[in-house]
Amino acid sequence: MTAAIAPPLPAIEAGQAVEVIVGFIRAQLAQTGFRRTVIALSGGVDSATVAFLCARAVEADDLLTVRMPYLTSSPASETDALRVVEALGCRSERVEITPMVAPMLELIGRGDSAAERVRRGNVMARQRMIVLYDRSVTFDALVVGTSNKTEALLGYGTLHGDMACAFAPIGDLYKSQLRAIAVELGVPPQIVEKAPSADLWPGQTDEAELGASYELLDRVLYALVDRRWSVARCVAAGLDRAVVEAVAQRVARNEFKRQTPPVAKISLRTPGIDHLYPRRRPGSRRS
Amino acid sequence: MDYRIALVQVAPRLGDLEANLELAADRIRAADREGAQLVCFPELALSGYLLQDLVPEVALRADDPRLGALSRVVAGMAVAVGFVEETDAHRYCNSLALLRDGELLGLHRKVYLPTYGLFDEGRFTSAGDRIRTTAVGAPLGRIGLSICEDFWHPSLPMLQALDGASLLVNVAAGPARAPGSAAGTAAIAGWHKMQDTYALLGTVAVAFCNRVGNEEGLTFWGGSRLLAADGSLVAEAPLYEEALVVGTLETDDLRVQRYALPLLADERLELTRRELDRIITERAGLPPPEGPMDAPARHSAGGRAAGERA
Repeated sequence: MTAAIAPPLPAIEAGQAVEVIVGFIRAQLAQTGFRRTVIALSGGVDSATVAFLCARAVEADDLLTVRMPYLTSSPASETDALRVVEALGCRSERVEITPMVAPMLELIGRGDSAAERVRRGNVMARQRMIVLYDRSVTFDALVVGTSNKTEALLGYGTLHGDMACAFAPIGDLYKSQLRAIAVELGVPPQIVEKAPSADLWPGQTDEAELGASYELLDRVLYALVDRRWSVARCVAAGLDRAVVEAVAQRVARNEFKRQTPPVAKISLRTPGIDHLYPRRRPGSRRS
Repeated sequence: MDYRIALVQVAPRLGDLEANLELAADRIRAADREGAQLVCFPELALSGYLLQDLVPEVALRADDPRLGALSRVVAGMAVAVGFVEETDAHRYCNSLALLRDGELLGLHRKVYLPTYGLFDEGRFTSAGDRIRTTAVGAPLGRIGLSICEDFWHPSLPMLQALDGASLLVNVAAGPARAPGSAAGTAAIAGWHKMQDTYALLGTVAVAFCNRVGNEEGLTFWGGSRLLAADGSLVAEAPLYEEALVVGTLETDDLRVQRYALPLLADERLELTRRELDRIITERAGLPPPEGPMDAPARHSAGGRAAGERA
């Protein structure tokens, strides 16, 4: 018997995926009683794609995009973000986070090791969350998440930072699948084609940080998660053992980021354990 | 004789019984304008699907006057509608009622509650334990009711076909999986294959009514279909959108089809039962049943006892 070849990521028929996601966004708004959405626009393909999806679900005037650069953010990112604003004709705001983040880092201490860089990145991501949730009040909107499935599975995101949102329209799409969706939606090609980066420090790229290309990471994740293959089967099918093992470990280690924290069961009925309700039901919609 | 069936592909509001009753009444009137004699609503059309602990709050007894009232919106029209049923013993079932002029003609309690993958039905509802058909009078005779996952177990539709159904009504709340990829297309194709196969092998018409809309992260895919007893497609609703489609069955097609393809008449029920008894015994780890039926040499190939004809 010849060894099976590791399955490629399935091609996405973007039109149908967009129809389903736009319907999902509309339903989330209708079920909660909101009309407006607010998102953080980085200039990357994820947030650009989410902006384009929101623009299909709501009027351009009901979509607020917020650019929140830090001192070290690449000016090219902001240029790309503005391309999205221009293409959609949506509302746009710029809130620089440097004057908020710099004094905080002074107060709580700073360094320059790799761990310190992660820590600084977390402070920036959480500061952006604070601004975004503040705008959700002033703009009367729901915060739309921009995290994708690759990030969620690998834990490549900041808890209570960029992961914070009311709902996640692209949370079940791998990074490599997003390109097809972005092209279908008409996201400017400069944004679709550039190297993905969290842009937390100059020259940072996701793929350098994650240690493999998104194409390979997504193939491994698809085999492990969607197809339920074992590590051994992935390796037998030609995927690199070191990458497969590292990915499997990362998925396990970051399980906590994908779940609500456990509650110590003390009472007769406990939210999340045996007090189980859908988020949206009669009475949950704001009046 | 012509018989018109409406499939109402709606998006019920989760947990909102009164709003859904109103929606159903409105669609019954719309189906009447299309000349329908039977109108089918999706699984849990009166309550929504992802109920969790809302189950007791939206439950109705099968004799609830609100169900009767729904079936009196249009005189003479049969209404198949899904709801959460509270039984006399306070069990909560995912049920499908068939009503007409205030009378409960038949009731099916979902037998197979999917509790795997994205489904958690067995956690909140109790499984039904009857597979029957419902007499509805001429020209259809009998209808076999079932709910979503029930159709993934071929014994259920085949029992209903053998029990005299000329029409199988399966109502669903089918969530889309992997929409826009080959796997998603295959999932829908799987449903089509089942419906086509049951129509073909059961020589029976099939009405499939699936819901649309969103609950939490789920998107329900619709694609309701009506098939004639020869497996041909009579009517089909679009994917993901609300719709009311109506199709006409010519009931004489059933007579023609069953003469041309006498599968039900040829079915060897005694043989099936003997083998089922053996399999049940073996799966339970019990000693094999004694008796001549167990000896393969005594099986006469192609032979058929008179009593075996259906």
